[in-house]
Amino acid sequence: MTKIHRRLFSIPYLVWTGIFIILPLILVFYYSLTIESGGQFLFSTSNYARLMDPVYLIVLQRSVVLALLCTVICILLGYPVAYILASKEYINKGFLLFLFLAPMWMNFLLRTYSWVSILERNGFLNSLFELVGLPRMDMLYNNSAVLLGMVYNFLPFMILPVYSVLRRSDQGIIEAAQDLGANPRQVFFRLTLPLSIPGMISGITMVFMPATSTFIISDLLGGAQNMLVGNLIEQQFYRANDWHYGSAISVVLMVLLLLSFVIFTMVDKNEEEGILF
Amino acid sequence: MRTMKKAYLSLVLIFMYAPIAVLIAFSFNESRSRANWTGFTLHWYGELFRDQRILSALGTTFSIALISTVIAIILGTTAAIGINAMKPVGKKTTMTINNIPVINPDIVMGISLMILYVFVFRFFVAGLELGYATLLLAHLSFNTSYVVLSVLPKLRQLDPNVFEAALDLGATPLQGIRKVVVPEIIPGIITGGLLAFTMSIDDFVVSFFTAGSGVENLSMVIYSMTKRGINPKINAISTLMFIFVMALLYVVNMLDKNSKKKIISSD
Repeated sequence: MTKIHRRLFSIPYLVWTGIFIILPLILVFYYSLTIESGGQFLFSTSNYARLMDPVYLIVLQRSVVLALLCTVICILLGYPVAYILASKEYINKGFLLFLFLAPMWMNFLLRTYSWVSILERNGFLNSLFELVGLPRMDMLYNNSAVLLGMVYNFLPFMILPVYSVLRRSDQGIIEAAQDLGANPRQVFFRLTLPLSIPGMISGITMVFMPATSTFIISDLLGGAQNMLVGNLIEQQFYRANDWHYGSAISVVLMVLLLLSFVIFTMVDKNEEEGILF
Repeated sequence: MRTMKKAYLSLVLIFMYAPIAVLIAFSFNESRSRANWTGFTLHWYGELFRDQRILSALGTTFSIALISTVIAIILGTTAAIGINAMKPVGKKTTMTINNIPVINPDIVMGISLMILYVFVFRFFVAGLELGYATLLLAHLSFNTSYVVLSVLPKLRQLDPNVFEAALDLGATPLQGIRKVVVPEIIPGIITGGLLAFTMSIDDFVVSFFTAGSGVENLSMVIYSMTKRGINPKINAISTLMFIFVMALLYVVNMLDKNSKKKIISSD
């Protein structure tokens, strides 16, 4: 059996991807560029024009800002975790790494909803506050609660790639630098950190993308005033029933994420060259 | 320094496990309250097995996960064998398309499949509607990507001469694949299958848009309960599922270690 014969094995899957991956995306584009009138689909760019309304632009902006904040916090919180877990004294404690990843296997809706019982007015934290004589506080249904939910859900996505890059990085280089008289700070900022950038980049994409498009976290913890792009899309499909407009928002979201993906990976390439020269 | 490292790790772990601890604790709480502890009970675990809605959602979740994983393994592994034999350009294009469901936001994937189904039902096959089949196909379309992604690297490591040798020694192509190729790539198949299975069990967003109104999986039941107040029964079933997945991961991990030991000792 030659290579050409073996290539035939991919045909069922190629047909499959045509129907279930490519065709749906084409339909989304098609819907986004049409409006329905009298059972007919008419070409129109009005869906995109509608998105320029400040009411919607604010939602878009909020999604991006919260996702960026979430990414930064995940780096600040997750990098030290990955760094410690990859260090010599923890290298044989694989169970610890497992502990940091295990929460991902519990239903994320419930994990997120569980924060409601911790943060709500009659919740766990407020009961604690009362015990120590603090007033009860409103901690739910605002942007900070959404941000907390995002960081909580996506932190493992930052820890894992940074950890695996740090694990794989050549200890010899670091020891050489130490032998040549670099102090710990120099070793970290000139070697460890630049070497771990590829891991950070994949961490950043794995955190930023789902954070931008989430609608569950904002739905559960954000309340009605703190809508994100995801909620906007969901509304068009389940409440407003305007699939054409919903498709246009989805296209904008996809383009936004694709652009950020390209930017992130470009940074990665530049940095690699930067290390070489 | 050492204690600081420990303290830091502990703090992050507390942050990550606080909601899970609360969730598990309140599955044993006597009252329905999510804030006040009134006493220990196993009542909700008993109730769980009498709740038809939860049981049928559980059945849907597991049957969808199981069927879609098995089909994804077959479709994905054959696809990977074919993709591995492609020229670089074809390989790259196919893999880019394969990665779309992995990279594309869940919500876009959900609505795009929903549009596909409804469009087809409206203009081509009238009389059908969203349900179990559309849900299964949706899960299949992201699960297969994960299987391809896990199997392809194993195929790349495989010495192409081994397969040719099997054919030279008189094996039929199918025998060659079954007896030579598959045993070599089985770790990739298991990883991919496991990934697909857990993705399917945990999925909410894609299911939410593709299941229609008649069928629901566990995540969808949980979602509708968050709108009308969570029932401690849901905490109970989540605790059980968490333990199940942990046990599954533990077993797989042990199997993995044993097989490594076997390979080493047989050398």
